[in-house]
Amino acid sequence: MNLVAEIAISALIVIGSVFLLVGSIGLVKLPNLMMRLHAPTKSTTLGVGSILVASMLYFLFVAGKFSFHELSITIFLFLTAPITANFVAKAFLHTSDDVQQALPPSATAGVGWATFDPPRDDAKL
Amino acid sequence: MIGYALAFGFACASIALLLNLWRLSIGPTIADRVLAVDTMVINTIALIMLYGVYESTTMHFEGALLFAMVGFVSTVAYCKFILRGDIIE
Repeated sequence: MNLVAEIAISALIVIGSVFLLVGSIGLVKLPNLMMRLHAPTKSTTLGVGSILVASMLYFLFVAGKFSFHELSITIFLFLTAPITANFVAKAFLHTSDDVQQALPPSATAGVGWATFDPPRDDAKL
Repeated sequence: MIGYALAFGFACASIALLLNLWRLSIGPTIADRVLAVDTMVINTIALIMLYGVYESTTMHFEGALLFAMVGFVSTVAYCKFILRGDIIE
């Protein structure tokens, strides 16, 4: 195995691990849930993506075969992280009353936050 | 050199898992706990991939992929349950 590939794999593993650690420290240290959402959904997803790319490079240069599994895991995680964050934020907004009182007014006059609106009469379910 | 990087990676992922466990135990609201479990799933995927590099085997990929899918589905299902009191209406 050549030295450049080894350095690249090691660097990707170290960078990914630091991102994982930063995300989890943010999850513990930040003051409320809306701030805490940022750390795992951005930093941890980036970190695990970096580790998966490192694993892909490792099997490409050491075992000499290209594997697509890591790519599918990376794409899946990058696609699902925003959906998860949206659901957690929505659950948080609906379960805490004091946060609902402190929400800023919506940009459109006369229209409230869509998630708190009652369903329309003509809505087809 | 990859061995030292892997040791560092194992240490970081393990400390991250412990920090997530801390947030899971103290989390003031239920959404905090759901978020902590979701982060634990992602850290576990990273740990599985690092172990695959350490053992130099491609056997663990399917496990990691299944972990990613089950983690996502369980997080969404739990949030749906908090929101609506039901998962499939």
